[in-house]
Amino acid sequence: MPSVCFYFQVHQPYRIKKYTFFDIGKDSSYFEGEGENNLNNRFVMEKVARKCYLPTNKMLFNLLKKHPELRFTFSFSGTVLEQMERYTPKVLDSFRDLVSTGRVEVLAETYYHSLSFLYSKEEFRKQVSMSREKIKELFAVEPRVFRCTELAYSNEIAKEAEEMGFEGILGEGVDHILGWRNPNFLYKPKGSSIGLFLKNYRLSDDIAFRFSERSWKEHPLTAEKFARWVSDVNGNGEIINLFMDYETFGEHQWEETGIFNFLEVLPEKILENQDNNFSTLSESIDRYQTRDEVDVPYITSWADTERDLSAWVGNDMQKDALKKLYDLERDVVSVGDEEMIDCWRKFQTSDQVYYMSTKGMGDGTVHNYFNPYGSPYDAFIYFTNALSDFKLKLEEKKTNKDFSKS
Amino acid sequence: MFGWEFPPHNSGGLGVACYGLSKAISKTGTKIIFVLPKKLKGIKSSFLKIVSPGTTYKTSYYFNSSIYPYATSSTSQKATSDFFKFADIKGNSLVEEVLRYASFGGEVAKKEKFDVIHAHDWLSFGAGLQAKKESGKPLVAHVHATEFDRGGGTGINPFVYRLERKGMEGADKVIAVSNFTKELIVKHYGISPEKVEVVHNGIDFTEKEELSENIHKVKEAGKKIVLFVGRLTLQKGPDYFIKAAKRICDFSEDIYFVISGSGDMEYQLIEEVARMGISDKVLFTGFLREKGLSEIYRTADLFVMPSVSEPFGITPLESLINGTPVLISNQSGVSEVITHALKVDFWDVDDMAGKILATLNYGSLSDCLVENGRKEAEKLTWDSAAEKCISIYNNV
Repeated sequence: MPSVCFYFQVHQPYRIKKYTFFDIGKDSSYFEGEGENNLNNRFVMEKVARKCYLPTNKMLFNLLKKHPELRFTFSFSGTVLEQMERYTPKVLDSFRDLVSTGRVEVLAETYYHSLSFLYSKEEFRKQVSMSREKIKELFAVEPRVFRCTELAYSNEIAKEAEEMGFEGILGEGVDHILGWRNPNFLYKPKGSSIGLFLKNYRLSDDIAFRFSERSWKEHPLTAEKFARWVSDVNGNGEIINLFMDYETFGEHQWEETGIFNFLEVLPEKILENQDNNFSTLSESIDRYQTRDEVDVPYITSWADTERDLSAWVGNDMQKDALKKLYDLERDVVSVGDEEMIDCWRKFQTSDQVYYMSTKGMGDGTVHNYFNPYGSPYDAFIYFTNALSDFKLKLEEKKTNKDFSKS
Repeated sequence: MFGWEFPPHNSGGLGVACYGLSKAISKTGTKIIFVLPKKLKGIKSSFLKIVSPGTTYKTSYYFNSSIYPYATSSTSQKATSDFFKFADIKGNSLVEEVLRYASFGGEVAKKEKFDVIHAHDWLSFGAGLQAKKESGKPLVAHVHATEFDRGGGTGINPFVYRLERKGMEGADKVIAVSNFTKELIVKHYGISPEKVEVVHNGIDFTEKEELSENIHKVKEAGKKIVLFVGRLTLQKGPDYFIKAAKRICDFSEDIYFVISGSGDMEYQLIEEVARMGISDKVLFTGFLREKGLSEIYRTADLFVMPSVSEPFGITPLESLINGTPVLISNQSGVSEVITHALKVDFWDVDDMAGKILATLNYGSLSDCLVENGRKEAEKLTWDSAAEKCISIYNNV
């Protein structure tokens, strides 16, 4: 004890191109941006593959060979897996190599990395089962643990996960839900009896956000120092949940920051203390008992200081866009056109509304970095223009269908 | 402080800026003597000592100025002689007036007591330099616009350029109204970047009275209004505005375009609108002042500033505090301080038209732009501009 549980999130959305008002009714290739810019999904995928996925996968593969005790857990959105198949098959192969070691676990999530649990239970369940199928098809494993988009978590989501047959679920280790407790144990959600993993946000964010921050008093962060913090948990915890975006390595924290050198020696430094080990999330469920019940009546997430969904459903534009989108559910389902359904779901990816966030604007905070549109207003405009075209097409299909019925 | 115009005798943003800044500086206890080139009726100020030829002192000068601080190529092209070769300038009214203002500046410097000289834009630089020569006090040259903005890419008046350059070279410190302007100053005038400080303009925030009934009627009829406010010259990009209007009129019936302002392009624009066949949709109001202007801002659903080269641009702030969202060109200083605005490149008429249509059609977009943009504009006070000026005064 303790067991270090690394979980990395791998995700890329289908970004909407600069789709103008005048394109409505004329162009339905919303996600096919061109040119060398961040609205060209192929361009982004190839860039992130080069900077992050390929070098990090190679490093993890070698580390797994070197340290038989090492374990990792991944979660993939369906949208990133599709884009790997289409644009960077080598990346997919390298992830398969990792999973085939038997020491890398894959989680299930919503296929389209959506917020559908807020709007439609049915749609949510459908997307989770699509994710399970895709993981089985590509990696030949069956996910036992569920993670919800943006680490969204509540008693209700846990209950859903249990009903869908999962043995565990992930959440943010928010201080006010833990109270006097710390996140370093396996917990039990109120109202269900599966395992609950709460992110140790201090240690996770030391790597994901603060690693290269020169004003941080612990900068530069060395593997020795981090391993010491891990060992400090001994006696006061059984699992250390280090949850972060996989793009932390090489994309958010550039190679120049020394992040790869850090990662390369971290396992060996952690293992120097014989009390420390590694485990996947499922192994932790098998190995540890749930220690206490945690009550989370409202949805929490891993974002910002508020740890809520305000970066996605905060302002009027975001609420408007999501409402307009989910209002189409009945029509989309009844028309039953596979391509239309897929397109409607691509609009659901949480990044689409995240780009519309006006939180912290003018303060130059983290949101700007991830916004390929430069402005939340532009993001809203292109989204709504494209959705208007989608609605026109949907109306057309509906009319045709009604016509052929009669 | 030397400035060419002062409200209500202003034809644009320079007078508004001089007023707002000097008022805020006065509030801090710093005393200002504001030197105008001629006597202007109706100027009263509780916070300034205003000095002008003919009234304050007995002078031999009599000013009957028709000079316009926003001289464009067509209004000032005759004034091409070298300001400093006195022999060449006889019969040239612009140069003569600048020279007269300059010697008046020297005269004021001899009679008044002061610590720093602050001169606004090229027409005042001669006076500022002369005052510095007489008094030996430091000169701060405040650049609200350069000849490269006013030309709108059509050519530079060498006389104006030389005077601007002389003023900035002779000054102890240069103030630019934006980073956009600072870059122009460094690039075209050879001034060292360390000598140039950026002080963004502010906005006066006053309580608004209720909308008049007529405006409510227009709104209730469901018509949408897109507004342009500014001088009708190449620099302000009104031609791009009407191109966007044409694109939109081909598409939608209920949208009206209001052009408020006057200038050398007025007739050309009216003809162009007629030729495009949209004269029923594009309305020209002429030059409007305070009350009319504030009403027109509040009537509009969207304000557009398509400037080709805008050192700062105070109109979008006026629009925002009147509760109307704004679309501004990237080629403007104000885009450095307002994040809650739609932004386009002035030449991208399609992008401009598309974003106008989106704002008019998508209510939540417009709501977010106004709610956040207004808060952002209210934070841009003259007080913080004044604070920066005073710290510059203390360091020259």
